[in-house]
Amino acid sequence: MILGRITGSVVSTIHHPIVDGRKLLVAERLDQRGRPGGGYLIAFDAIGAGQGETVLILDEGNGARQILDDASAPVRSIVVAIVDHVDLETN
Amino acid sequence: MLLGRVIGTVVPAVLVDELSATPLLWVQPLSRDGKAEGEPLVCADGTRMAGPGQIIYWVASREAALALDPWFVPVDDAIVGLVDEVRLYAPEELA
Repeated sequence: MILGRITGSVVSTIHHPIVDGRKLLVAERLDQRGRPGGGYLIAFDAIGAGQGETVLILDEGNGARQILDDASAPVRSIVVAIVDHVDLETN
Repeated sequence: MLLGRVIGTVVPAVLVDELSATPLLWVQPLSRDGKAEGEPLVCADGTRMAGPGQIIYWVASREAALALDPWFVPVDDAIVGLVDEVRLYAPEELA
């Protein structure tokens, strides 16, 4: 899983049926210290994450399909957790 | 999934049967603020409704095959949906 921050959303009327009624979130990748710079991805939402929240994103197709309970969903990235805080050991 | 802009079409002369009903489009991958990012690639269009100039989102690898109908097909990349709007929050909205 990767750490990300919700920086936007995508509005889409014409799409694959799996997108019906689901939110598409734009998430920027964060490193372990919460710094952006690793690009972005468009992810589905499994938990109601929103604007500016730091989240964990599952970026693996089979896991995403399990969460959506649809073995034929063309989905790889899905937001699975809202992060409260990250602890790192200091050197 | 990532954003992209359709920049052209590919018209195959001979094609595997499974892809015969699927449009093939050139897609320029985009950053989230709409700037070209990376090399253009050929996407199968699962929506069958995209055309040049359209902003879309696409997936790669196995997920690309799943986006199509019939779905067990030999593709690398596929269009999943057409973008009406990308809403990006302003920096102060993210604080």
